[in-house]
Amino acid sequence: MTARSVARRVGELALHLPGARQGRSLIRVLGYLGAELRAIFAAAWRRSLQLRVAVSTLALCSGVVIVLGLLLQTEIADRLVQGKVAAARIQMETATAELERDLTGVNPDDEYVEGTLNKALDKLSVTTLTDQPSSQNAGDFRAVLATEDGAASRGSQASAGRLDTIPPGLRRAVQSGALAMEFQTVDGVPMVIYGQPVHTAGRDLQFYLLFSLTAEQRTLTLVQSTLIVGGLVLILLLAAVTSMVTRQVVRPVQQAAEVAERFADGHLEERMPVKGDDEVARLAESYNEMAGSIQSQIRQLEEFGALQRRFTSDVSHELRTPLTTVRMAADVLFASRDQLPAALRRSSELLVEELDRFEALLADLLEISRLDAGMAELGAERTDMHSVVQRAVDAVRGLAEESGTPLELDVPGGVYAEIDPRRVERIVRNLVANALDHGEGKPVQIRLGADEDSVAVLVRDHGLGLRPGEAGLVFNRFWRADSSRARRSGGTGLGLSISLEDARLHGGWLQAWGEPGRGAAFRLTLPRRVGGELDGSPLPLVPVDEPLDGTLLAAGPGGADQLGAGEPLGAGESFGAGDPGDALIGAGDGGGAGDGGGLANGVTGGTGDGGGLANGVTGGAGDGVRSVADGAVDGDGSAPVRSAGIGEQR
Amino acid sequence: MKSRVLVVDDDPALSEMLSIVLRGEGFDTAVVSDGPRALPAVRELRPDVVLLDLMLPGMNGIDVCRAIRAESGVPIVMLTAKSDTVDVVLGLESGADDYVIKPFKPKELVARIRARLRRTDAEPAESLAVGEVSIDVPAHQVTRDGLPISLTPLEFDLLVALARKPRQVFTREVLLEQVWGYRHAADTRLVNVHVQRLRSKVERDPERPEVVLTVRGVGYKAGPP
Repeated sequence: MTARSVARRVGELALHLPGARQGRSLIRVLGYLGAELRAIFAAAWRRSLQLRVAVSTLALCSGVVIVLGLLLQTEIADRLVQGKVAAARIQMETATAELERDLTGVNPDDEYVEGTLNKALDKLSVTTLTDQPSSQNAGDFRAVLATEDGAASRGSQASAGRLDTIPPGLRRAVQSGALAMEFQTVDGVPMVIYGQPVHTAGRDLQFYLLFSLTAEQRTLTLVQSTLIVGGLVLILLLAAVTSMVTRQVVRPVQQAAEVAERFADGHLEERMPVKGDDEVARLAESYNEMAGSIQSQIRQLEEFGALQRRFTSDVSHELRTPLTTVRMAADVLFASRDQLPAALRRSSELLVEELDRFEALLADLLEISRLDAGMAELGAERTDMHSVVQRAVDAVRGLAEESGTPLELDVPGGVYAEIDPRRVERIVRNLVANALDHGEGKPVQIRLGADEDSVAVLVRDHGLGLRPGEAGLVFNRFWRADSSRARRSGGTGLGLSISLEDARLHGGWLQAWGEPGRGAAFRLTLPRRVGGELDGSPLPLVPVDEPLDGTLLAAGPGGADQLGAGEPLGAGESFGAGDPGDALIGAGDGGGAGDGGGLANGVTGGTGDGGGLANGVTGGAGDGVRSVADGAVDGDGSAPVRSAGIGEQR
Repeated sequence: MKSRVLVVDDDPALSEMLSIVLRGEGFDTAVVSDGPRALPAVRELRPDVVLLDLMLPGMNGIDVCRAIRAESGVPIVMLTAKSDTVDVVLGLESGADDYVIKPFKPKELVARIRARLRRTDAEPAESLAVGEVSIDVPAHQVTRDGLPISLTPLEFDLLVALARKPRQVFTREVLLEQVWGYRHAADTRLVNVHVQRLRSKVERDPERPEVVLTVRGVGYKAGPP
């Protein structure tokens, strides 16, 4: 998920905005958007150490700042209110004393007492405002002076100021003759209210002072906003600082990663810059040392390889001129062999025959050294596959007749592909010659198949087949299935290796399958266009449509035939490990020898084990090879055993 | 009269062996062991075929080939130890008619030489026309707008083979058999290179051929007269 996809979503969102009936899709789009943003963030979180550190620092700092801010704010508020209350109390006492002086002769039950009270209050506010030293000033106040509650006295209640703003609890407290204080919100303004009885000639009067807390509230608000702004700034600064500090550490690591990636891509000269003497510098130094040593070793290996290939190529070339002379001399002798005594005649025959082999070997050696050196060129042209296969088959027809092997061709015409006809012809020729070598005179089938993107040639014989694990080995250089067996076609042991390289040069596959007693199949799959990708083959490698014949390998009595049991497939060096779609074998075993999983070939035979023998032949799913499993249940004690091997080559 | 073969090779053993084999096959042979002496030998001896080793001391075989071709249409068969595409194509482009890769069988070499020497003797008076080019077969003359075009015998044979059957498309394999005398399919690069050489001589614009046309995926055919 990328920023671009989010942008696209936002675009969709914009499209969806008009029209209320699209509300549901809008929600859906928002949902997508949220999910994508989450995914992007999750990815960034996973990928960036810097982000992780910065965010964690931010979160922790926010917590600390919030707690600190709350504490500070509470403390400041407490202090402010305490100061106000203390100042208010002093003012209250001063005012009470003054009032008592003024009102000693006043009778609260007098009819015109309210006027007197008002006058006293007016005077009070004037004197207080003017006389009090500022330090004791509790600020603006309102005063209330009232006679005792009417219910508790004889006459009606008279008051100056707004008695209704005084909470009843306070009034009761004052009536009982004590100095009392209460916080109360009056007309939306928070107030601290002090009340005290004032003695007069008659009944006591109730005297209240209301001090507004607005100023304190304003101060507190100011403090709060200062704290919030300060906290935010602090957090942001911290985040920035953390980010920068982390960057200092992460940056060299990133650089190191980039350098290492470029190094891995083959830029062997890449080194990390070494600055200073710190840990990063030490990392850079040791990395550079490692890179240097790897580079020199790779160089050495490359030189070695180049030297070796060069040597092979030179030797092959240098051998050719004398070989030509020898060859011609031998042919001259051979041409007049009739005039020679028997021993010399035979010698000349042997000389010529072995020279043929020598030449073939030399040619193959040269070809493989050229392929190894990457000097081989693909001379691709649009070619009729039919004619290529036909030519290859014609080239070995003599061999087939010699061994009495029928060749069964299923090669439709008109299948064109962009291939190098020389190389493909050589591959097919090698495959057919190989099939003739190992086919024991039984028919050899050659099939050509094609689909949209690929063409395939399958060469199948019905000879001895391949033992498990051998499918991966057949492409090894100079590998022989059975060293005691002679090669009819005089193969050099390099034919299949060269074929494999040729197939690779085309971007194609060369794959082998074989089973003892069922013969072997080799399949060449090539993309129809140069540079095309293969994702399957038009022909199945493993034969699925033919009846199983009875020529099965015998099992050892009572135990596991150890033929390749537990032998991991892909033992061959050319086995394409890790290629997707490569078929591996899972072989089930019905008998005693466990084979520890699908990658091993179990061949188990048991006489009298009474159980079913299940041999699984499993084709790679990605390869279009159908999966075959044949389970042979045999309870009569002569358990047939099959083992299967598929080697996939690319 | 015996055909004369000039062998240009630096390896004395091989030269001697070649002489033995070729004499046995009824050719006259002359041997030159380095590049610089090859051209004077061609001038002096007027051989019917030159066998030329690609790797020579003093002067590269390819340069020798070019020098000979610059003044003579004598058939040149290269001997090469390298079958690499680049070497073979370079040799063919420098004017060689055919090549044999070491080690070769004597019979194969003799077949190649005979193919180059094989001239159709009693040809009927025949005149062919391809595009703007007219061919006088018995006289071995090719002209365009009355001006003669100089072709090597091989190029001439290639053009005549195509021109004799104007509507037929020739595959490279068929041309190899008819013009070069290969009985088995061989290297089709021979055909490609020589078609290019022929085009560079007979076409007005070799990029847009009118005389020798390519039929994609099949081969070549002659352009309409």
